Order: sequence, then C-alpha cells, then structure tokens
Amino acid sequence: MDAANALVAFTNYVLLPGATYGAQLALGALGATLIYGIMRFSNFAHGDTMAFGTMATILVTWLLQSIGISFGPLPTALIALPVGIIATATFVLATDRLVYRHYRRNKVPSIILVMVSLGVMFVMNGVVRMIIGVDDRQFADGARFVFTAAQFKTWTGLAEPIALRVSQVISLIAAVVVVAWLYWFLEKTRTGKSMRAFSDNENLALLSGINPERVVAITWILAAALATIAGVLYGLDKSFRPFTYFQLLLPIFAAAVVGGLGNPLGAIAGGFVVAFSEVAVTYSFRKVATYLLPDDWQPDGLLQLLTTDYKVAVSFSVLVLVLLFKPSGLFKGKAA
Amino acid sequence: MSPDTTQAEPYLVGEAMTGGYGAADILKTCTITAAKGEIAVIVGPNGAGKSTAMKALFGMLPLRSGSVRLGGEDITALQPQQRVAKGMGFVPQTHNVFTSMTVEENLEMGAFLRRDDIRKTIEQVYDLFPILREKRRQPAGELSGGQRQQVAVGRALMTEPQVLMLDEPTAGVSPIVMDELFDRIIDVARIGITILMVEQNARQALEIADRGYVLVQGGNRFTGSGRELLDNPEVRRTFLGG
Repeated sequence: MDAANALVAFTNYVLLPGATYGAQLALGALGATLIYGIMRFSNFAHGDTMAFGTMATILVTWLLQSIGISFGPLPTALIALPVGIIATATFVLATDRLVYRHYRRNKVPSIILVMVSLGVMFVMNGVVRMIIGVDDRQFADGARFVFTAAQFKTWTGLAEPIALRVSQVISLIAAVVVVAWLYWFLEKTRTGKSMRAFSDNENLALLSGINPERVVAITWILAAALATIAGVLYGLDKSFRPFTYFQLLLPIFAAAVVGGLGNPLGAIAGGFVVAFSEVAVTYSFRKVATYLLPDDWQPDGLLQLLTTDYKVAVSFSVLVLVLLFKPSGLFKGKAA
Repeated sequence: MSPDTTQAEPYLVGEAMTGGYGAADILKTCTITAAKGEIAVIVGPNGAGKSTAMKALFGMLPLRSGSVRLGGEDITALQPQQRVAKGMGFVPQTHNVFTSMTVEENLEMGAFLRRDDIRKTIEQVYDLFPILREKRRQPAGELSGGQRQQVAVGRALMTEPQVLMLDEPTAGVSPIVMDELFDRIIDVARIGITILMVEQNARQALEIADRGYVLVQGGNRFTGSGRELLDNPEVRRTFLGG
C-alpha cells in the first residue's frame, strides 16, 4: 500500500505536471526549431508569438462566450483556436514581409537576424499588452476535472490522491496529434519534403527549383500555429499573462537546443527533458519518501533540491550539461 | 527547333564569355561549346577558371560580355532555375546531395519542378545506377563517395535535361570508382544527353571526350577532340605530365 501511495503521489505531483508542461514546451520548441532549421536563426520573438496567438484566441473565446456559444465540457478556447492561429499566422507573415524579408534578401549573417527578432519581440510584446493588458487572465471554462482528488480516493481507497484536470488531458492529446501530423507532413508530403531539402542544403534546393519564399512562408505559418497551440494549452493549464509567456522563451530555447536546434524530433525530446528536470528538481520528495522509507529513516528536510524560484536555472543547467557532452544536442542538430 | 542559321550550331554555346565575381575578370573571352549527345570536357591547371566557366554557362556568374545559347536560344539573361526549366542540369562539385534525405527523396526533389508522373524517370535512373535502387531507402549521407556522386547525377537527371553539367564528378573518389563513374557518364551520353564536365583527372577525362577544352588563365589555350588533345605534344608536356 505504501508503494502504491508513493507512486500515486509521484504521479500526481511530478509525472502528470511534468508531462503536461513537457507537451507544451515541446510544441513551443518545435516552432522555434522549425524556424532555425529553415532560416538559420533563433527567433527571440517566439515567446511573444505564443502570447499573441493566445491573446487572439482569448479575444475570440470572450466573443463566443458573450453570444452564448460553448463547447460543453471542453474549453470554448478550442473552438476559438483556429481563428487565433489564422490571426497569428497573418501577423507573422506580415512581419516577415515588412522586416525579415529585407534582411534575407541582403543575405545578412544570422546574428543580425537574431537581433532583428529581438526587435520584433519588443514590438509584439507591446502590441499584446496594449490590446489585452498586462494582467493575469483565466479563460478556461467547461469541466475542470476528468476526475477529482476526492473521487480518486473513494475509488482506490488510497491515502494519496490523483486529480486529472481536463487541461492536462487536452495538452497531452493535442501534443500527440500535432506531432503526428507534423511528422506526416514533413516526411510524406511534397511540400514537407521540400522544406527538409531546403533545410538540408539550400543551394541544391534552389538548383532543384524549390521556391525559397514559399518554404519560408509555410515555415512561418507552421511556427505560428505551433506557437498558438502551445500558448493556448499553457494558458488553459495555468493562466495567461504576457510576461509569463515572454519568460517561456527561456525553457523553450533550452528544450530546442538540448534536443538539437533544427531537429524536430529533438525539440520534442528536449521539451520533456527540460520539463521533467524542472518539475523533479523543484519538487519536495518528502511525501514520497515517507511511504517508501522505514520509520527511523524518515528525513527531516523537505528533500527538495531547489525551490521553485530556481526553475529557470534548472533548464539552463540541463542545457549546459547536455552541451558539454553532446555539443550538437541529444539528436543531431543543425547548429555548427 | 528553329531551322535558321543555328542549324549547324552546337546545342550549348558559351561564346566569348568574359566576367568574374569582383572587379577582376576570371574568364577572358572564353568559348565553350557542346554538341548534342557529345561529351565535352574542360581541363586545365588549378585556378584556370574551369569551374568558373561552367558556372557562367549555368548562370551563376554575371557576364560582362559574351553570350550563352541553348538550342539556338539566347539564355544569357536567365537565372539558374530558369535554365533548369529550359533543360539544363547541374551537378555541383561538393554538397551535391541532400544528406539527411533518402536516395529516393533526393531523386524526388530533383524532379520538384515537374508536375507529371516521375515514376518512370526514377526507374530510368535506377536502371542507369543499379546500386541506387538497392539503397533507395537509405539517407544519401550514409553512402560512399562514389555512390553519392551517382545520387547527385541521378538527381540532376530527374528533370530529364538535354544538357548535363558536371563539376569535377570524380573529385575525391578512388581510381576504380572513377573508372566506373566515367562509364556511367558515357551511358548517360548514349541516351542522347549532352555532357559538359570539368575534370581534374585530365587524361582519363579526355579519353572519353568527344571535345576537349584546355583553359589557362580564364582563356582558351587548346581546343580539339579528346584524341587530338591527348596526341598534342605540347598539351601532353604541359598538362598531362609527359
């Protein structure tokens, strides 16, 4: 019984939150890694692209709610999501047209593109705050739990509970569906293959008649969609606040780099590695230990390696550790 | 298909090409031609502008003067991509395959401009290079140097070009593989495709050449059939090592 209780506590406090957060980071990192794979720069505006997409989705959600449309037990935001994606893709494509294209034509070194994206980041940051404000927004509606802690306890008779939230299930399912679709798209379709070809060898892709502007546009659309989905899932799971999304940039890039920049599979793995490290290192294992250890071995402390204030430090420690041993990431990335 | 004065003109003509990347000209009134189904070879010492001449023919080098004609049509102003659409194929010396993609995907990408059924062309390429059929599901980056060159040539053949240009196809492969590659290139020429190649291995290349060009300092030094050049004492002494 003690072992079961320990496992349940671990699942509830580490496994589930870690997997959910990991799925959200993986989707965010996928967008960032796609942009790096095709355009060879780290897009600093990716966190704010997530914020923009989530904001657009929230605005549409409010509109739907005000006219009485809901999605039953599921959050209304899921209906609004496609509109949010279209709005974000439009914004990002316009940015490419107005800003990035100029630099691409001049074939500037990628560090300049990184700086340009930093500028775009500040602009997007401002736009989002002007439209929706800086406050915390809760926009999750519908059912909150698939099953609650109390329900779980009555079913199992265990002392420790598991509460499964709807937002967690949605995050996990959405991540699986999106990743499977993206994999199919990149591996099997003509357009997807042309993107891989372009990422692999730009000059040869040009010689083969692949249109670079089209590849770039599709990459932006995919990145915008991934960012919006990741942002909405994160917002449903926690809450939406522009500053938090800006900060998400850090674990997202840690995930993308850990996995190998430019490698989609790596971004997914990196997302989960970073998420589980963050959750596991900042979780207090005392409760799990009390079930597993004999009475006279009980620890005095919390068995927590770091407080949650150090969450960001964890992603970067993981990043440094991985890069020390595998300089191009867990999976082979494109970064030299 | 114009039955005018171009009747007797070779299929691909680069006439009096002059140009370079910066202020200084690398090519100086250099003329290269290749007739239909012929193998033309450009040889010469390092830095003679061999690859540059080929790039000029393919539109990757701006010309200050001179012209490039394909099948009698002036294509001097066309971009490389447009020349591909006109029936020119180009195999760069290095980085000429998509290393992370399978052999078959490399071929598919070669045919990216085509909207019709490419199955037949892929089969033709496999017939020409049987080893590629065997390795079709393998990433091109995992193949040996000689096999990679075959993928590179196969990719360029996917547009069903009239002219195939090869920039040092045997660079960095063993002599045995080199002989095999030359055999394959002769096979390609036999289907009626005009071949123009730049070669470091001058003697072997001239042996299979219908027409040879010896370039020195960006200009034509000797021109003739492969045999003539091989028999020319001065060419032998200066460029073929005796």
